[in-house]
Amino acid sequence: MRKTIPKFASWRFAGRLRWVIGGSTSMPRRTAPPHVLLTPFRDSISRMPRAESAYVAGFAAPISKIPDPPRHSAVVRITHWINALSFIGLVVSGFAILLAHPRFYWGEAGGVGTPYVLSLPLPFMRGGPSGWGRNLHFLSAWICVLNGSLYTLSGVVTRHFPKHLLPAKADLAWGSVTRVVSSHLRFERLGVETSLAYNLLQKVTYLAVVFVLLPLMIWTGFAMSPTLVSIFPGFVTVLGGQQSARTIHFFAADLLVLFLLVHIVMVYVAGFRSRTGAMITGHSTARGEHP
Amino acid sequence: MSPSVSRRKLITAGLATAAAGSGLAVARRLADRYGLIPPDDGGIYGVGQTLTYASQRLLLRHQTLAREFNPSEISKVCPVNGGPPDSEAYRRLASGDFLDWRLTIDGLVRRPSSFSLGELKRFPSSTQITHQACEEGWSFIAEWTGVPLSYVLNLVGVSARAKYVFFFPFAEKSFPLGKKWGSLDMPEAWHPQTLLAYGMNGQQIPTPHGAPVRLRVPRQLGFKSLKYLSRIMVTDTAKNIGKGWGSSSPEHGFSWYGGI
Repeated sequence: MRKTIPKFASWRFAGRLRWVIGGSTSMPRRTAPPHVLLTPFRDSISRMPRAESAYVAGFAAPISKIPDPPRHSAVVRITHWINALSFIGLVVSGFAILLAHPRFYWGEAGGVGTPYVLSLPLPFMRGGPSGWGRNLHFLSAWICVLNGSLYTLSGVVTRHFPKHLLPAKADLAWGSVTRVVSSHLRFERLGVETSLAYNLLQKVTYLAVVFVLLPLMIWTGFAMSPTLVSIFPGFVTVLGGQQSARTIHFFAADLLVLFLLVHIVMVYVAGFRSRTGAMITGHSTARGEHP
Repeated sequence: MSPSVSRRKLITAGLATAAAGSGLAVARRLADRYGLIPPDDGGIYGVGQTLTYASQRLLLRHQTLAREFNPSEISKVCPVNGGPPDSEAYRRLASGDFLDWRLTIDGLVRRPSSFSLGELKRFPSSTQITHQACEEGWSFIAEWTGVPLSYVLNLVGVSARAKYVFFFPFAEKSFPLGKKWGSLDMPEAWHPQTLLAYGMNGQQIPTPHGAPVRLRVPRQLGFKSLKYLSRIMVTDTAKNIGKGWGSSSPEHGFSWYGGI
């Protein structure tokens, strides 16, 4: 099943040679349209005299033979990448805003000279990064919220959430839970079948991000807006005050950044090309990687 | 693919683009008519500013009130950013307890006027205990006393064409309009909690907090509550004042609207 050749080398070199030069013989059945997968290699193709013919002869036929439904729906794929971009914008700009006053308080009001709950070892950079930071933060937030609304609406309408993200009864069986937790703790590479559905830990994590952390970010963000608070005072009084909202906003953001880091590590462990490819083209190349 | 199909596709795509473009243009004109476009709507960040401003203004159809607090919640520490104007006129007035200070109001008003501190204090006063957050993140709660801006606007008679009320502090050598100047849209200018404040926590406003009179706009971030006021001007446009973005803050990379 598994090749002895390390994962990274496998896709980066062997895979690349096979795709670009070898073409038809080792052609995986289930694959993305080749123009998509080959995009990063287009430069090297143009430098190779044979490449163009290999591209046409080797890949044209299997395209029409893709029978499987996509691993991720088009809405999930598009909203995933828009969300990725807007999230990066939010993190970068959030950090820029933070630099203006890297200190956190609890309750309604707080500032230099009052008790704080956390003071980060960062300089107070006044009058600078919080300007463009705030501009970028709000632009990214609008993209994130509109995009997230589309994702959520589509997830409800297409039953994506109950079908793919809500843990099934079988997931919650004790043996199944311990198996998935222990395989994660041992950083085990997961088999092909795991690329076709989410495991329990993925489901719980994604649900927590989509339905707990991101709504909490929006809520605590709203609670820092004096105008929105004048419309819905409960936004902030429930949290104990405007400074509490700011502090919760920061810690929830940290959890989201932690999620992003773990998410990227897990994608690497599971197979970077197949998982990323599935999220771009919709089709997993798992079989090509684990023949 | 036959040429006619691709031509049809091209025409459809072209028409769709034109329709989307003109739809956006119409939406923008309509939004502008209803006061939903901020003066700093340019550039890529302007998209975010406009969405935020327009949606908050739509939500604020009815003049909602900022939260008010109990006297026990007044902050013991009230930090400030920046110092008083670097101006000989300001220093002279300050040394005379601002007895000779006058606040000018002109622009699109029927009776351009100027008021002394004593006259402002004789107008009906309003006191509020409100939260003020700096865009940097820190905040404090204080009690403010002053005359509602709406009272003064009614006195001078604002034109129906008015769209903005501009506020200028004392001019400085390198800042002819004043160091931090800005404007409010009419809903915020008429808002009952928008004050020309001369008292803070039961005393005259201390100099670092904007003596003799500062603006208080409790529904927006602290940078909208401009200090050291010297002149108010009512206009129907933000153009031709500074870079035309409505206040000095966008010229330093911050937004015009502070409702956040």
